[in-house]
Amino acid sequence: MMTVPLEIQILLAGILFLIGLVGLLVRRNIIYMLMSIELMLNSAAMVFIMGGAHWGQADGQVMFIFILTVSAAEVSVGLALILQMYHHYRTLDADSMKKLKDNKANANL
Amino acid sequence: MNTIFYITAAVAIIASLMAITNKNAIHALLYLILTLLSISVIFYTLGAPFIAALEVIVYAGAIMVLFIFVVMMLNVGLQEEVENRWLTPRKFLIPSLLAAILLILFMIALKDFRFENHPAIDVAPKEVGISLFTTYLIAVELSAILLLAGIVGAYHLGKQKKKVTHRFLVKQARIKK
Repeated sequence: MMTVPLEIQILLAGILFLIGLVGLLVRRNIIYMLMSIELMLNSAAMVFIMGGAHWGQADGQVMFIFILTVSAAEVSVGLALILQMYHHYRTLDADSMKKLKDNKANANL
Repeated sequence: MNTIFYITAAVAIIASLMAITNKNAIHALLYLILTLLSISVIFYTLGAPFIAALEVIVYAGAIMVLFIFVVMMLNVGLQEEVENRWLTPRKFLIPSLLAAILLILFMIALKDFRFENHPAIDVAPKEVGISLFTTYLIAVELSAILLLAGIVGAYHLGKQKKKVTHRFLVKQARIKK
């Protein structure tokens, strides 16, 4: 039987979430940013499963299925947006999309 | 079971760290798949075998394959990325520091909780199915609508745009020539 305390389990989910957050903050390649968001969603879903296992309720697993649905929809739309971005700018750098920014360097674009 | 949990937790943390620091996109994706597989093992030890299978099938099987297809379509890593020039280990310093502060606060907050310590309770897939199609029926319908919107959105965005769409724009293009 698994007897790891719930605090340790939630701590693991928190560590994974923060790793995803650091990845999102540091990387500027947009594919890595989407991957980090996936990691964060996954660790958030993990807490639901842990709570469900601790209290013996099915609701945690139901919530995991909903998070799975949301992340599948998010990834398909996000990857389509990445493809469009690559067709327009020929790069995956998130900082290259700055046409709305009002500065002189971009005034003649 | 406890040792399995701790080993897979260590594998998940190390693999996710490798996933966000790797410069090769395919290698990073493979590390992310390793993370998802170890999270699936953790779900299995927690007594949720159905969710563990779902994690492998949907996340590692479908979503990650989508990622790999896009990475292969775009030839990521072959061209000179802007990021490769400035991404040094020092760039990770400040975000990691902030994340460490958050983690310490999280641990302090978690210390005050007194969860009763008992083994994880197995929840059979049958109970999940019953709950899914009675209590959460409306949420299931809503997620079906969300998936439909996702399909339509991905189809619309994935389409190649036509060069000229309207006859007015054709005229404008001729005048410009």
